[in-house]
Amino acid sequence: MIPEIGHYALILALCVAVVQGTLPIYGAAVSNASLMAVAKPAARGQFLLVLLAFCCLGYAFAEKDFSVLYVAATSNSQLPLHYRLAAIWGAHEGSLLLWMFILSIWMVAVSFFSTHLPDAMRARILGVMGLVSVGFLLFMLTVSNPFERLIPAALDGRDLNPLLQDPGMVIHPPMLYMGYVGFSVAFSFAIAALLGGTLDAAWARWSRPWTTVAWCFMTVGVAMGSGWAYYELGWGGWWFWDPVENASFMPWLAGTALMHSLAVTDKRGGFKAWSVLLAIMAFSLSLLGTFLVRSGVLTSVHAFATDPKRGLFILVFLAVVIGGSLVLYAWRAPRVGLGGGFAMISREGMLLANNVLLVAALGSVLLGTLYPLFLDALDLGKISVGPPYFDTVFLPLMTPAIFLMGIGPLAQWKQASLPALAIRLRWAFGVSLVTAVAVPWLMGQWTPLISLGLLLAFWILTTIVVDLRERLLQAEGGGGIGGRLAMLPRAYWGMVLAHCGVALFIVGVTMVKGFEVEQDVRMNVGETATLGGYMFHFDGTQQVNGPNYVAARGTFRVTKDGGEVTVMYPEKRRYFVQNQTMTEAAISPGLLRDLYVSLGEPLEGGAWSVRLYHKPFIDWIWGGCLVMASGGVLAVSDRRYRLAWRRKEAAVPATAQIARPTVS
Amino acid sequence: MKPRQKRFMLIGLGLVALAVASALVLNAFQSNLVFFYTPTQAANGDVPQGRSFRIGGMVEAGSLTREGDGLTVHFVVTDMAKRVPVTYKGILPDLFKEGKGAVAQGQLIAGGTFVASEVLAKHDENYMPPEAADALAKAKTAGAQSSGTLVVNPR
Repeated sequence: MIPEIGHYALILALCVAVVQGTLPIYGAAVSNASLMAVAKPAARGQFLLVLLAFCCLGYAFAEKDFSVLYVAATSNSQLPLHYRLAAIWGAHEGSLLLWMFILSIWMVAVSFFSTHLPDAMRARILGVMGLVSVGFLLFMLTVSNPFERLIPAALDGRDLNPLLQDPGMVIHPPMLYMGYVGFSVAFSFAIAALLGGTLDAAWARWSRPWTTVAWCFMTVGVAMGSGWAYYELGWGGWWFWDPVENASFMPWLAGTALMHSLAVTDKRGGFKAWSVLLAIMAFSLSLLGTFLVRSGVLTSVHAFATDPKRGLFILVFLAVVIGGSLVLYAWRAPRVGLGGGFAMISREGMLLANNVLLVAALGSVLLGTLYPLFLDALDLGKISVGPPYFDTVFLPLMTPAIFLMGIGPLAQWKQASLPALAIRLRWAFGVSLVTAVAVPWLMGQWTPLISLGLLLAFWILTTIVVDLRERLLQAEGGGGIGGRLAMLPRAYWGMVLAHCGVALFIVGVTMVKGFEVEQDVRMNVGETATLGGYMFHFDGTQQVNGPNYVAARGTFRVTKDGGEVTVMYPEKRRYFVQNQTMTEAAISPGLLRDLYVSLGEPLEGGAWSVRLYHKPFIDWIWGGCLVMASGGVLAVSDRRYRLAWRRKEAAVPATAQIARPTVS
Repeated sequence: MKPRQKRFMLIGLGLVALAVASALVLNAFQSNLVFFYTPTQAANGDVPQGRSFRIGGMVEAGSLTREGDGLTVHFVVTDMAKRVPVTYKGILPDLFKEGKGAVAQGQLIAGGTFVASEVLAKHDENYMPPEAADALAKAKTAGAQSSGTLVVNPR
């Protein structure tokens, strides 16, 4: 009964979505206010219906209703409740429902926080989002129904993949999807602007906060995925350039480029058509990522059995969305016009270079990800593109981008002088160069790559210091330093914080790549292994029983210079239902280093093969991502966006053409 | 600078970036493409010499042996037509099992032994990496593995 209610709610949601996707857009085209007014209630009604469907599926999982095929396939009666609920997005059908649910959340958010927008603009935005949801609901209802019954019901489910039975899994997909789907708002803003034919600085100001929020979620989501791979896969790696990871990384790159290009559109009115194109690109890559990962094209923990009907639907849907928006772009973008002129040496010029580099990097990732799939599809042989390819391509593309990241914020808009910039930044460059050479030398191991990485990180930090100092000297009034600091807008602090996050991230990557030590070793009970100055003493294993698994838990006492550091308990688990073995690594995290122990295989006499790692600064990688994301949050809280939201009260209620905020 | 010149400048910049990126990509691509071969191809010697490639198939039941150091393992990968002995030093992934599919990356040395630098654990719900399944299918034997271990069998 409950699953049928959920199914029915999805059908109703489809009907609402069709209305939402057509009437308001038509209304905006013929300036019919009552048709445009349909958008808001439709978006909210659709949210309630999808929420109902989502709760129904959650209920089926909580109640262990194994007569629902999806529940039987991804959960089990022994699975604890929180993992049963997380199993909603543990496989294909449910994750699409989650996607749809999050899309409806974003639609409701737009319907509430869009009072400052002209009616036609809002109607078009919600209309476009409605069209996207039509596609997803159709997909679910035709070939990927999470509520499909299994008759007769299974006695028990075949369990959630043990790799996914992990706290990180409970939040990683919703976070990532908030990002993926959040780009649909930026996309809808872009399409709405193309439909309406008005694209100005106000448009950019409206879409900036949405893009930034989506980007924050995306950043956290990708970082969490990387963290999950680090501690759950037992290999100690944090990024594998796996197609699944690339699928989430590409929209992130496009989103990063979009944020920077929107800044130019907002402040200077330039890059309009380019911003629109990037918005289309970011969302298309989000769609591609969702489908690539969930369609079974790629074999990984994320992918599930392939159904040719699904593949066909996906291809058609992607073609309609991407092709349709590009055609619209080609048709309408020329009338958008170019922004004001600028010299190559200017902040615009540097942001342009940043965009070109980010998109080039994006293209190279796309090629490395899709090329093997194409070859395979055309039956030209099976190949894979190894991580060295991505490393080789990425480093030279990102190095200039990060170098520009230091200069950009100090350069004037429109026209900057290179010699003046050089003089302003000579100390920053000198200090970072000396530090970058000295630090690895003091640590006893110098390679060009370590120095390059540190140089880039220190370059970001020192240029920020120079920039802050100049701004403080220029700031008027405000008495002491504290007062002057408070004068700087939050958007500026957000940028500073996000750039610091990049610096932390680079430090993390550089130190891990340069100084990590690993050792695969056979250890007898009572034996000691030494790694990175730490002594690992193996006390043997004992059996531990979990709710749905049995584990061999090893005990490792770690000492350094005679003093006890920590005791670590890595596990080797065997999950009953799928009879699958799982390595649960033990990690002792620290600000300056992680210790990482994972059990390999049992050998004779209680001995085990053991994998030991000493990973300096690895937590800075994810810490840097979190700092980047918090920078985004800070930027969104800036006063100018709140002012934009309040402006509605002052605006004259009238047609779509007026009440457009002026450019500051 | 006139708008027209500026636009040419931008296009030029874009083309230069594109050319640099393409050069990097193609260069890196050439040296990092890893090709996949079946055990039959490896046994017949139709594989590149001195270059890393991937081989996939079924791990022959009972073929897994371990040396005294506890880390070096030997096993045989087969596509039911030809057998290729594999040597690997390191810890095998959790999903590695005898009688199941596996993919190894490494080089073929003189004597026909495949020295693996990496053994891959990825697979679908039938414990069969697609490359391995493909190799088995190509060798025209029993066909793909069925999923007999699952509790529920939809439909």
